[in-house]
Amino acid sequence: MVPLSYYLVLSGFLFACGVAGFLIKRNIITIFMSIELMLNGVNLSFVAFAAHWHAAGGETHGIVPLSGQVFVFFVMVVAAAEAAVGLAIIIAVYRTRETLNVDQVNLLKL
Amino acid sequence: MLSIHLILFLAFGAVCVAGAVNLLAQTHPINSALSLIAVMAALAGEYLLLGAEFVAAVQVIVYAGAIMVLFVFTIMLLNAGEEERTKGSRVAVSFGIPGMLLGSILVGWVVLRHSGTEAVVAGALPGDPKVIGQLLFHEFLLPFEITSVLILIAIMGAVVLASKPPTAPARKVVD
Repeated sequence: MVPLSYYLVLSGFLFACGVAGFLIKRNIITIFMSIELMLNGVNLSFVAFAAHWHAAGGETHGIVPLSGQVFVFFVMVVAAAEAAVGLAIIIAVYRTRETLNVDQVNLLKL
Repeated sequence: MLSIHLILFLAFGAVCVAGAVNLLAQTHPINSALSLIAVMAALAGEYLLLGAEFVAAVQVIVYAGAIMVLFVFTIMLLNAGEEERTKGSRVAVSFGIPGMLLGSILVGWVVLRHSGTEAVVAGALPGDPKVIGQLLFHEFLLPFEITSVLILIAIMGAVVLASKPPTAPARKVVD
């Protein structure tokens, strides 16, 4: 038996790593991967809470059983849509700027 | 006492932590992408421990498969090289690192203090595809349909954004 809090600490650590990568990285693709890391951290806490409420009898508290696992699907859908659009934007930026360094992408219009 | 559940949790968690730190430490994006794949695969193991077998399968197929293939493909396509490091601001270093340490200690203490709550028993798998499918098509039918519209719009947006801009038509010389 693993306490719920262990999962939450791991989830928080993954989210914090994502935030740190988002702030310190300079490559736009790596920044994008940091966002995916944050989403994964959130997903882990969704699944952990779903399992916790399944074991603790959340139906009596008005919680739809296993809804946390369904939320993970919606997060994945948003992540997939975001990855498709974001990578297309990166390709468009690279086509006009010829760089992936976010420090050099500092003007809206060339 | 170390149960097999705790040992597996610690093993997968160690892979997650190592991959996340490696993502920050590497300078080449392809190395970061590969460590992110390791994080996602280990997270699928954690989902299995939590009884979410269908979510674990989808995690491997969609995240570690489709989305990361898209990332690696983009890295290859744009020929991304080593990133140049720029100097961070001094305020971020002098306030950010102590603040981060303080915050993580506080959060860890608060969360671990209530560690009497137990997660699901290993082996009892409540998240099989049948249950998830019934949830998706009964309680969450409307959000499910809306996400299909979202995906459609995302596909169209990606195609429009990534397609080559039409070359400017040759200006017609009027007489």
